[in-house]
Amino acid sequence: MSTRDEPALRMDSVRKVYPTGDEEVIALDHATLTVGHDEIVALVGPSGSGKTTLCSIAGGILSPTAGSVVVAGDDISEYSPKQLTDFRRDHIGFVFQTVNLVPFLTARENLLVIDEIGRRAGAPARKRADQLLEELGLADRSRHLPATLSGGQRQRVAIGRALMNDPDLVLFDEPTSALDTRLGEQVMELIRNEMNSRSIAAIIVTHDERMTHYADRTVHITDGMLVE
Amino acid sequence: MRLALREMRRRPARFATAVALLTLIAMLLMLLGGLLDGLIQRSTGAIRAQRADLVTFSATAEKSFLRSRISPVISARVKAVPGVTSVGGIGISQLGARVPGNGPRDLIDVALFGYQQAPKGVPSSPPPAGQAYADSILEDSGVKRGDVLTLGPARTPVRVIGFVDNVSYSGAGTLWSSPQTWREVQNANRPGSSVGPGVFQALVVRSDGNASTVARRVDRATGGSTVTVSRAEAADAIGGVREQRSVFNQIIGVTLVIAVVVVALFFALLTVERIGLYGMLKAIGARSRTLFGGVVVQAVVVALIAAAIGSAFALLLDQTLSPGTIPYQLLPSRLIVSSAALILSAVVGSVFSLRRVLRVDPASAIGRSS
Repeated sequence: MSTRDEPALRMDSVRKVYPTGDEEVIALDHATLTVGHDEIVALVGPSGSGKTTLCSIAGGILSPTAGSVVVAGDDISEYSPKQLTDFRRDHIGFVFQTVNLVPFLTARENLLVIDEIGRRAGAPARKRADQLLEELGLADRSRHLPATLSGGQRQRVAIGRALMNDPDLVLFDEPTSALDTRLGEQVMELIRNEMNSRSIAAIIVTHDERMTHYADRTVHITDGMLVE
Repeated sequence: MRLALREMRRRPARFATAVALLTLIAMLLMLLGGLLDGLIQRSTGAIRAQRADLVTFSATAEKSFLRSRISPVISARVKAVPGVTSVGGIGISQLGARVPGNGPRDLIDVALFGYQQAPKGVPSSPPPAGQAYADSILEDSGVKRGDVLTLGPARTPVRVIGFVDNVSYSGAGTLWSSPQTWREVQNANRPGSSVGPGVFQALVVRSDGNASTVARRVDRATGGSTVTVSRAEAADAIGGVREQRSVFNQIIGVTLVIAVVVVALFFALLTVERIGLYGMLKAIGARSRTLFGGVVVQAVVVALIAAAIGSAFALLLDQTLSPGTIPYQLLPSRLIVSSAALILSAVVGSVFSLRRVLRVDPASAIGRSS
């Protein structure tokens, strides 16, 4: 059972190796990282540095080749794909680079997707979705389809969806890459405020150094190795 | 599932192609089924309408009414068999008939029945000598109540005194007369196959218990000189019935295979389009089972809409066609079976998307810029 007293993430000597023909590609090399239960960590690195792999392992999308991954007290290193699926649904929030809202669902329904794909809570989930939309300033946009929302509003809906399952850790994958600097800063500020107000840990994957000052800590990754 | 249904509601145009194609297939299925049932009805209606469980032929006739002969002695033996509650003789003469008002060479095919025990829809007592009830499909050939039809080369006159429904035989309209009238017509027109007094071609037998047991008893009681089969088997033994059913069922089978292919291709394309969406949904915790369930639900809904439109088309066709034109019959069981087969085909077709859904990697949602 996860607990807020534990760090949100504890990765210890995590390796991820992909076999390619006779050779192996080391995507993550003995990565050790701890993220406090209410800490925001910026993960910065160039393309192909292993950011995505680290993010995927921390979020339970990929299993490590070696090492241990503990999310809010749960050691998920040896979880089966099915266990990882359930774990992600119940404990992890994701905000993807392309926002990735379901295009035919309204803002409110996009939040409720989390309820629909899991054990349905029904009324409490609807109440939480309405509350999150209110807090994110989207109450009057709750019935709008993503195509009728601005980039910033879509990003807020995605954040709302990531918060629906009351996660232990939220992973932001390049949340500002598609936004101009001003909007990017607004989104980063929103992320920081939302995470801090809920004491939820977050890893923000970015290649934009200008955004790192919104995080509590910045970790650099190069060739699969972490440098604080 | 709700996600899948919402997609259909919000993006109906996306499914329009599949609905249109499956609707055409459903219409074809219903049409083929209706034609098959109509043809079978037109070939076997007179036998299926018999109020009997069994039909007794002479052993050497190989279940052919034309070749079969049942003597009064055999009829009496059959009547005495325990379990037999009633026995009626029937005789059939298939002839060309001249209709008043039609040209002298404009013959129509008729099957004149002589009956003792009336089938469903035919008055219980046979009409007086020289008169007959006519199958309503003969109305389309210009036959009217009161007409005197002249049958066969001997031009034996038979007056039509009324019409009855759903009693065609071997593709021809029927005339229902007394055994005496039938014998006169048969003996006048088929002198080589004439029948004596009290002789019939077959017996229709009603039993009070297990029909197959009674059938065996009947054939034992006649010393093996008869072959007694169920009414359905006797109907199927009519020339061409099995072949018609076989050919139509094969066409229906191929049509269903096409439905499977259409659904498989359509949802395979849709799944390819949705790989990004599925990747994202899997990343946030959706199971493959849930996503694939959505595909199946959508395929079933598409098939249900197609089946509903196809059924409406079948009903419309049934209302529009007059009985004597195209042999088309609408049976509720056919609508249900065709709809169920279409839905099953849709489910089978959607299964081809399963592998693609399973192969979607949730990791594809991360680090993807477009």
